[in-house]
Amino acid sequence: MMDISIIVGTIVKIAIVVTITMLHVAYAVYFERKVIGHMQARLGPMRVGPHGLLQPIADFVKLFFKEDIVPSNADKPIFLIAPVISVVAALASLAVIPLWETFAIANINIGILYILALSSVGAYGIILAGWSSNSKYSFLGALRSSAQVISYEIAMGLSLVGVMMLAGSANLVDIVNAQSKYPFILIQPVAFFVFLMAAIAETNRAPFDLPEAETELVAGYFTEYSGIRFGLFFIAEYAGMFIMSAIAVICFFGGWKGPHFWILSHVPNIVWFLLKVYALIFFYYWIRATLPRYRYDQLMSLGWKLFIPLTLANIFVTGLVKLLY
Amino acid sequence: MENTKGNLEDRTQEGAPLATRELTLSMGPQHPATHGVLKLVLDLDGETVVKCTPYIGYLHRGVEKLAEHRTYLQIIPLTDRLDYIASMANNIGYCVAVEKLFGIEAPERAQYIRAITGEMARIASHLLWLATHALDIGAMTVFLYCFREREKIIDLFERLCGARLTVSYPRIGGVRNDVDSKWLDDLYQFTEEFPMRVEQYETLIDQNRIWLRRTKGIGVISAEEAINWGLSGPTLRGSGVPYDVRKFMPYGVYDKVKWEVPTGKNGDVYDRYRVRMEEFRQSNSIVRQCIERIPEGAIMADAPKFTLPPKDKILTDMEHLIRQFVLITKGPQTAPEGDIYVATEAPKGELGFYIVSDGTGKPYRMRIRTPSFVHISVLPKLCEGGLVADVIANIGSIDIVLGECDR
Repeated sequence: MMDISIIVGTIVKIAIVVTITMLHVAYAVYFERKVIGHMQARLGPMRVGPHGLLQPIADFVKLFFKEDIVPSNADKPIFLIAPVISVVAALASLAVIPLWETFAIANINIGILYILALSSVGAYGIILAGWSSNSKYSFLGALRSSAQVISYEIAMGLSLVGVMMLAGSANLVDIVNAQSKYPFILIQPVAFFVFLMAAIAETNRAPFDLPEAETELVAGYFTEYSGIRFGLFFIAEYAGMFIMSAIAVICFFGGWKGPHFWILSHVPNIVWFLLKVYALIFFYYWIRATLPRYRYDQLMSLGWKLFIPLTLANIFVTGLVKLLY
Repeated sequence: MENTKGNLEDRTQEGAPLATRELTLSMGPQHPATHGVLKLVLDLDGETVVKCTPYIGYLHRGVEKLAEHRTYLQIIPLTDRLDYIASMANNIGYCVAVEKLFGIEAPERAQYIRAITGEMARIASHLLWLATHALDIGAMTVFLYCFREREKIIDLFERLCGARLTVSYPRIGGVRNDVDSKWLDDLYQFTEEFPMRVEQYETLIDQNRIWLRRTKGIGVISAEEAINWGLSGPTLRGSGVPYDVRKFMPYGVYDKVKWEVPTGKNGDVYDRYRVRMEEFRQSNSIVRQCIERIPEGAIMADAPKFTLPPKDKILTDMEHLIRQFVLITKGPQTAPEGDIYVATEAPKGELGFYIVSDGTGKPYRMRIRTPSFVHISVLPKLCEGGLVADVIANIGSIDIVLGECDR
């Protein structure tokens, strides 16, 4: 029988993580608008609150109170549930992410597989949204998304195989502890590169934002969504970005571990973790401000012809080295 | 909306394991990338465009018909609304045509001012083209950088004539008001830093692998086909035809300054992009040369039958007042009869005015040959067989403005 204190503890942990993530989503949007604004010789949000700091709250209030429009020809139950699938998949992934050594809601030994599985489930939300909207733009966006997920899921899974081989575990805490001497980015740079690209494609960010390519498909799969259901897709996207960056930090940058010298060794673990995550998120924004968008077929050939062979070669070399030394 | 025509029929026959049909997508008139109110009906097989049909007319205001009921002077504001991105170029094109009809010529200073402002309009128009073209392909930052420079040109327009977009600055026989040296100095300073800005745009996209893959070999049209389709301007020059009205039939001072006609080779989206990027530099150099050489003198032709008298004379002299009254209300009464076609090089291509005069103060008929109208006709040829994303790149590369197309 499970101890009641464990249940309560878990619920508190869930509440903490979800609250922090929601706040993160709100301010990640603000952060993005500011960063890209300054890169583009403008200021970003400035009006709501000092330096626009209350902008995300105003946006959320607006989204909450807007009318939730369902197109008359839409497949109503699926239309309503699709954004929920996306956001649940994104939030459920948070369960296994260790913010520091002793803090993970569920420290399970298949952490990586769990996250990969949930990110595929998230794609269902997108596909169903596009299908049920009964709009051609949404439909095309959903088709692109399903193709993209299939191609990049594989590359992403394979890129993490090298890490799992080195750590000898799929448990995220074990993976971080295996990097106590040096982070895996030093010995797995190819895997990191592929993972980063696949993560961008997985979260539908520029230059792989084809499912929601504004100038081609208006808004892609969420063209017909409004109000808080649109907001849920938004939350899913930014939570997805946080999760992917967290996985990258855990698998390649030593998670919550920081350098062990001088004053730096006294900095709390969570600070190191968040610093690394936000550095990666900044990188996402930077790419968005710099690069044009790939074309659908080019995206496919990039995934199948470059990333998957690269990761396979990486696995082979990693295995060979591990076998010989 | 279903399309079951053509070779798809045999796939929809009985016994076929999976019947397929094309998806008809109506793109526009409200769409982020169709640059105004262009409507394209795309027949898609997956993401491949099988058929592309442009629909125009959503911005039709009957400019040609309106012109028949206005005096020659009153038509100038109408021409503003053709290619509203570069209204100065339309004004100049119209004024050059009417001057040729009347047999008068603008004084040299006015010619230089027209060349300067015309090239500024070209730079502003190309900036907007680059901004939207890059945004369509996904490079968001270029968009805002271009608007930063365009804002400076538009500010200069505002200081020159009070209007930012619809300038109505040139007049038949000259220009509305003189430029002062402070204005010229500020413009010269702009031209000094502008080439550096163009380089900045190029560093963002020109060497970018994604940009190259999105533009090279897309929407190819050969030189011969381009001529047969009646293309002009940068869209034609991208295919390697060095046709520029400013060189072939020089008007104004374009034969007095040194400049080149940049051309492409392959006639794809990338070459059309390169041509316009080169034109930034050429236009910039024309503006600089004109500022260096601009002579002193009158800004309106000495042709009292066609041009308005100076304001101080109107207020003090009865004869001038009567003349002004007649010119404003009835138009010039001594316009020669006949018809004339005069083409100028607008930023988007050859802009021609065909004017039929019956000797009254209003044109009997005015036909406007606008580049955008011709260029839209080539869209199906460029797009069919490509992907949806290529349609966007193609629309951007032919640089259309629907105000000019629908008129």
